[in-house]
Amino acid sequence: MIYLQLFLSFLQVGLFSIGGGYATMPLIQNQVVELHPWLTLQEFTDLITISQMTPGPIAVNSATFVGIRIAGIPGAIVATLGCITPALILVSLLAFVYNKYKDISVLQNVLSCLRPVVVSLILGAGLSILALVLFNGQTPDVQVVDWIGTGSFVVAFVLLRKFKWNPILTMCLCGAAELVLHLLPV
Amino acid sequence: MDQQHQPTSRAARLRALFFSTLYISAFTFGGGFVIVTFMKRKFVDELHWIDDQEMLDMAALAQSSPGAIAVNAAILVGWHVEGLAGMVVAVLGTIIPPMVVLSVISFFYAAFASNLYVSLVLKGMQAGVAAVILDVVCSLGGDVLKTKSPVYIGLMVAAFVANFVFDVNVILIILAAAAFGVVRAVFQQGKGARS
Repeated sequence: MIYLQLFLSFLQVGLFSIGGGYATMPLIQNQVVELHPWLTLQEFTDLITISQMTPGPIAVNSATFVGIRIAGIPGAIVATLGCITPALILVSLLAFVYNKYKDISVLQNVLSCLRPVVVSLILGAGLSILALVLFNGQTPDVQVVDWIGTGSFVVAFVLLRKFKWNPILTMCLCGAAELVLHLLPV
Repeated sequence: MDQQHQPTSRAARLRALFFSTLYISAFTFGGGFVIVTFMKRKFVDELHWIDDQEMLDMAALAQSSPGAIAVNAAILVGWHVEGLAGMVVAVLGTIIPPMVVLSVISFFYAAFASNLYVSLVLKGMQAGVAAVILDVVCSLGGDVLKTKSPVYIGLMVAAFVANFVFDVNVILIILAAAAFGVVRAVFQQGKGARS
């Protein structure tokens, strides 16, 4: 039952992604690339690229994209419902507790332990995408290094880190560089 | 609350809530905290439905709860303004724009991605995405290192080793960290109560 699988997978994404945004990425990768054969790492990376350039949370974007590709519009609706269901329940519950006690120090304590862990998980997802860029998805070896990809990555990283460039602009520049360098008659 | 600047009937308030969240969601790129800023401008400064302190509390709660910050904030704002109906309307307003945009994109994705030029651009952009993610990790990881707390730095290293070296499931790692946090909170409260 594909709808139930989609619902349950995105339910887990919604339930365990704390802090939103990039924290959701490793969970989505886990569900749709590793546990279920719904997207290849390549398609997942395209999805993240698309999510960066379109409005809306990564979780909702991914649920819609994966849902439609696996089971059409109903799939998209079921997957999106899955990823917002935990929030609908837990946020209301948390708001109730907060209004009653005006104190969420235990929760904040727990969150302070989750934050460093989430950083590592995002790093893990980032490294798997980086490996795809550097070695074209093949086993890492000097022979299979994609030099254009490697060069773009280094330039993009410096632009973001040192010169605080806008991420969308940086990504577009990388896309344009790949296109131009491949089509140039060298 | 000041009644002058706002729609009075319930239907009018729900309609205003729906179109405000729809508009904010459709034009906010970058998600997460950016959307909270736009919500503050609309609901606090313009419509006066929520006061400053309430908005700050909502932002903290939205960030602390599981799930997308934008959806969480919509739940809280909607509930505050018009109860259950308000919550449904605000959540729908928030998720409809990304759902429509991504539906259109996924229908064309197969055709797009097999086009030589599009696939070259997408492939090039992957290098950019990897750089964006690692840039974010450097900033977030830097913040963790700046705490100089052996507990937080230890957790970060342990999570990386578990995830990357031992390939432990990410949900298990998150649950383990949450359990550690609960134990630590209980222990600290116990210590606080005794002293």
